[in-house]
Amino acid sequence: MPTPAISVKDLHKSFGDFEAVKGVDFEVATGEVFGFLGPNGAGKTTTINMLCTLTRPTSGNAEVAGFDVATARDDVRRHIGLVFQDQTLDGYLSAEQNLRLHAELYGVEKAAVKPRMEQVLRMVGLWERRDSQVLTFSGGMRRRLEIARGLMHSPRVLFLDEPTIGLDPQTRASIWGYIRQLQRSEEITIFMTTHYMDEAEFCGRIVIMDHGEIVALDTPAALKEAVGADRIRIETDDDERAIAELAERFGLEATVSEGAVSFAVADGEEFVPRLFAELDVPIRSVNLSRPTLDDVFMSHTGTTIRDAEESAAKNRNRAVMQAMVGRR
Amino acid sequence: MSDATIPATAAPGAPAPPPTVAVHVPPRSWRSELRAIKIVWRRELIRFQKDRMRIVTALVQPLLFLFVLGSGLQQLSAASTHGVELKTFIYPGVLCISVMFTAMFSAASIVWDREFGFLREMMVAPVRRSSIVVGKVFGGATVASLQGVILLALAWTVHVPYSVGLVLGVFALQLLLAFSITAFGVMVAARIKQMQSFMGVMQMIVTPMFFISGALFPTAELPGWLAFLNRIDPITYAVAPMRTLIFANLDISAEAHQALNPPITWFGWDVPVALQIFTVFALGMVMLAIAIAEFSAGE
Ligand SMILES: Nc1ncnc2c1ncn2[C@@H]1O[C@H](COP(=O)(O)OP(=O)(O)OP(=O)(O)O)[C@@H](O)[C@H]1O
Ligand SMILES: [Mg+2]
Repeated sequence: MPTPAISVKDLHKSFGDFEAVKGVDFEVATGEVFGFLGPNGAGKTTTINMLCTLTRPTSGNAEVAGFDVATARDDVRRHIGLVFQDQTLDGYLSAEQNLRLHAELYGVEKAAVKPRMEQVLRMVGLWERRDSQVLTFSGGMRRRLEIARGLMHSPRVLFLDEPTIGLDPQTRASIWGYIRQLQRSEEITIFMTTHYMDEAEFCGRIVIMDHGEIVALDTPAALKEAVGADRIRIETDDDERAIAELAERFGLEATVSEGAVSFAVADGEEFVPRLFAELDVPIRSVNLSRPTLDDVFMSHTGTTIRDAEESAAKNRNRAVMQAMVGRR
Repeated sequence: MSDATIPATAAPGAPAPPPTVAVHVPPRSWRSELRAIKIVWRRELIRFQKDRMRIVTALVQPLLFLFVLGSGLQQLSAASTHGVELKTFIYPGVLCISVMFTAMFSAASIVWDREFGFLREMMVAPVRRSSIVVGKVFGGATVASLQGVILLALAWTVHVPYSVGLVLGVFALQLLLAFSITAFGVMVAARIKQMQSFMGVMQMIVTPMFFISGALFPTAELPGWLAFLNRIDPITYAVAPMRTLIFANLDISAEAHQALNPPITWFGWDVPVALQIFTVFALGMVMLAIAIAEFSAGE
């Protein structure tokens, strides 16, 4: 087997006594599209930062493009492209100037700068706007420009930290278009983070990360397969009683998420009629779904990704409120 | 313009992409470092040139000193200046102040770069951090001395005659001062990450240094405490050579020279101009070295 594009062994990162990444292991093959999935604060950006040599691992080691991220930082940097979670363009410069600056910083041969720039700018559909100041670009255009910039020096591994966040569906689709195109035309490995479940399906393999740990790693199909069961969501007049009855009569473990009682069951279609016949709680609506990555996430973490983020947000809000009240 | 007007060339089913232009990033060498320094330096120039407003606003303060203070206090000072106009006397100081405050703003751009994320783009490039810092400091210094050139064009309004030597000398001194102040600013910016605190700290340090430096008064016969502060103020050693240079081009009496441009002394010893200039340069280099160390150590 050829050397993997990325290989990570027992990687840890602590900030003070807070452990943001708690020992992760994985390997990414050359040419793979590898997805990192997890709620806010899971440690995705921290992991990327370690792989890109921006943050030193507390312990463990990682190799990117065959080079150790701690001891061969420059070699790693020459072979990777980066699109950060937050924007890092110079708004006062034009699109072309931003790319040119990047090419100079990376020491791209002078003769190759122009044709390469044309290629990447055409790919993201910004060639006609190359002379405009970046300040005049929309969020989606900036994102596309950053992707083009990350590709300027033909990296072997492209890291994309939430490349599609906050973009409209059309732009998201075109970004996925570029990624597929890249996979075909250049031998490039793509490592991306996202918390859109639907996007994770486009990846060759995905990792699900929660609280700094990998909770699952496989192809999307295999992960769904492993969940096996169908998911049924019912809206009832009395959720608590419904949960109690489900446990009592059917031995099913149900939880409330996103305002509905949700549980997994082997043969969903056959189970629904029994449910109506035997449950004493009035059911207002029922929804049956084949396993999705959402369910995979759910089965590994016990919450949906949105709930995980809401509770994180609530904690934050509470902290802010306490800080504000405390000050009065 | 909205996104929708951009042709989505990469949409699924789009025509086949043009052949790939693969480029190669060479291992690090002194040439790649030089290229990095040069592009970071050029970026500062491009940004300066695009920011017309900044060029104009940075002129206000020196012009106030030169014409308002210079003309306003003329009557009061006429008795003791041996016939030299106050405007002419403070002109070298004003050449320095313009450079100092522009250099301060140049250094501030590294704080903006951090805030807007661009610093990160530079920091992950496969070049030494020192190249980034050096490019930044040289860029800031160049921009500040270009700003100084505008004031040099005003020499005739204060009766300073032009000569090639004067123009080159003033530019060289401005470049040197701008370099040291930018290096100082970048050193501070390595530690202070918020724009407001940065500007506050810089003002708090640079403004007193400017006032104490003798840009606005002769440095002889000062009260002891002020003479002491004046001698330990690095700006003194930029203002004094600047004044010596300007005065060398003036046709004035020996008494005027003695009163208005007395030699800088350390415990009665006349400090040679070359040593003064070297002091400013050496301090600039030390601060540059600290700035490089700080940025290289940071994650
Ligand atoms: N420099 C830092 N100092 C202290 N804590 C940090 C630092 N960087 C990250 N953390 C903490 O580490 C945890 C993981 O953060 P990280 O940014 O990796 O999350 P993420 O998975 O990228 O989340 P998001 O989806 O919000 O981008 C968070 O709890 C965060 O507060
Ligand atoms: Mg993140």
